[in-house]
Amino acid sequence: MDTTQTAEAPPPSPPQPPADLDQGVQQRPVLRVGDRLFLAFSGGSGILLLVVMAAIAGFLTYRAVNAISQDHGNFLTTFEWNTGVTPPVFGIAVLAFGTIVSSIIAMAIAVPVSIGIALFITHYAHRRVASPLAYLVDLLAAVPSIVYGLWGALFLVPHMNGLDLWLDKYFGWTYIFDQSAPGSAARSLFTVSILLAIMIIPIITNVSREVFRQVPRMHEEAALALGATRWEVIRLSVLPFARSGIISASMLGLGRALGETMAVATVLSSSSVLSLHLLDPQGGTFAQNIAAHFGEATDFGRDALIAGGLVLFVITLIVNGAARLIIARRKEYSGASA
Amino acid sequence: MSHTASDLGARHRGSAIARNRLPKWTPLAIAAGAVVVGIGIGAGAGLDSHVQWGLIALILFVAGNYVVTRVADGPRQAKDRVATSLVYACFILAIIPLYSLIETTIAKGVKVLDGNFLGHSMSGVLGTQPGGGVYHAIIGTLEQVGIATVIAVPIGVFTAIYLVEYGKGALAKAITFFVDVMTGIPSIVAGLFILSFWILILGFGFSGFAGALALTILMMPIIVRSTEEMLKLVPNELREASYALGVPKWRTIVSIVVPTSIGGIITGVVLAIARIAGETAPVLLLVFGSQVINNDPFEGPQSSLPFYIYEQYNLGNPAAYDRAWAAALVLIILVMILNLIARGIARWKAPKTSGR
Repeated sequence: MDTTQTAEAPPPSPPQPPADLDQGVQQRPVLRVGDRLFLAFSGGSGILLLVVMAAIAGFLTYRAVNAISQDHGNFLTTFEWNTGVTPPVFGIAVLAFGTIVSSIIAMAIAVPVSIGIALFITHYAHRRVASPLAYLVDLLAAVPSIVYGLWGALFLVPHMNGLDLWLDKYFGWTYIFDQSAPGSAARSLFTVSILLAIMIIPIITNVSREVFRQVPRMHEEAALALGATRWEVIRLSVLPFARSGIISASMLGLGRALGETMAVATVLSSSSVLSLHLLDPQGGTFAQNIAAHFGEATDFGRDALIAGGLVLFVITLIVNGAARLIIARRKEYSGASA
Repeated sequence: MSHTASDLGARHRGSAIARNRLPKWTPLAIAAGAVVVGIGIGAGAGLDSHVQWGLIALILFVAGNYVVTRVADGPRQAKDRVATSLVYACFILAIIPLYSLIETTIAKGVKVLDGNFLGHSMSGVLGTQPGGGVYHAIIGTLEQVGIATVIAVPIGVFTAIYLVEYGKGALAKAITFFVDVMTGIPSIVAGLFILSFWILILGFGFSGFAGALALTILMMPIIVRSTEEMLKLVPNELREASYALGVPKWRTIVSIVVPTSIGGIITGVVLAIARIAGETAPVLLLVFGSQVINNDPFEGPQSSLPFYIYEQYNLGNPAAYDRAWAAALVLIILVMILNLIARGIARWKAPKTSGR
């Protein structure tokens, strides 16, 4: 009977260890050399990351202060960016305006569309269509921004002319869509916004898809059981649950749009004009300004560009920090970490 | 009895729940109608942009759908239909540019993409001439990304191990928060940091290594995040079983925790590589660019694939545009291959428990 039991079920062995343990266990704090080394390595890596973060802020501030102290214009309100002349006059007014406006328009386009696609993948499309689609969106999120930039400059810009003319004709009275020179090349903030929207759609879609997927099935089934239509299920159970996830996904997209360099640098024909005529080729953004002026910049000019970069850094820090704090309140969105 | 039953059935079919049945093909029919009318209006009014035709058709479709469903089925069903059509519209709206991006890149990229293009540099080729290639840029990208990976992977993985296996206090919280924030640093800011620190203050020259340092900054937080997620998936029972056998914590991590999640970790690393391989901005500020092959990442200017695309685009002539498209295609293929490898590893090394 003994043999059959041991052959059938290994579990009966546990009763033996206590005898062993009695001999082996001693009351000593176990901290081996390997453990200490490992803790030091892993803790050190973490601290290194914090140091890098602090160093970024520190060094950028150091160079930026150097530049701003010699600025003969007001750094916040000056339009032009003349660092090569003496005395240097440069400011971020146009850049801040361009960055914020283009990002806001991009968000206004991208967020609803992304939510639509995410809903399509999670709640509308057939399972067999949905998973390749999700995969495709994943791949699109990985397309490098310079490729978007190239496509934007060589394909999108010529194709925007028709839309620009139409907007100018019928919505010119809004001032925003008025073109000073109808038919001019569409290297404008508006085109930039659309390109940015196209770029961040895969990102926002990916994160919100993950969030939609985590909505408890019971919530949806409860709504269905009450006779809700599919839209009512989404409105009553999916969207409320996913709200903070959508917000943080959008903030991540916003962070990307704010800091996007190459797509803006290739498409926008920049100038130091601050104007609400969004269809006119003018304006600039922080990142684009750095890429455009870096080549011919003097040592001082580089410091000035670093000052611009510092402002961008602070803005994205705030946006990303806010997004993370929103996520932190609702821990269950692990998917939002993408 | 049977009479009553069928009576009941008839009443049910007539009730609010069962009645709302427009035939399934109704939306399709409305869509077809809307497209026809949209094209009609577009062509009739002489609108030359096909986008406008599409938009008119779209508006007609949504409105038509709403009206028909509202009349036949009532307002709740009508709202549902509108939501459905909007979701489909969003999807189509987004697919068009994304499809166009891929299609254009492939169509224009294959023009000059051949063995000669891959095997030669731009040395001695005028910007306006056809010919030349991308070899020096591929070398640059591989070296820069390689160096960045070698630096970023150990730091990233160890940080993740700290966060999952050791971290509990304020330090771990701070690291988690700043890693999250660091993920969102614009690439050009990372480039500016290395510029101010490595080149302006420490006085080193422009080199592939400087670019690699900036890429490292971008890569570390991505690896920390993905590795952290993977380590969290390792069941605690495995760790406890190992401790129960008297295995030290570090041995447990090295021989139990990491091997269990190695597939996910590698997937994360490969995805991170794919992500930084396409970064242009930091490279633009730090490697200076070069037309000739420079195999030494520590000395002298280098090029890289994204930088090459930007450079050729800025030359602004047809031959240079062709090269830019071809290089873009090479870059996309590289990134896609890395992605596919990552998926493959993820599937191959997936935790066995989740499959069943």
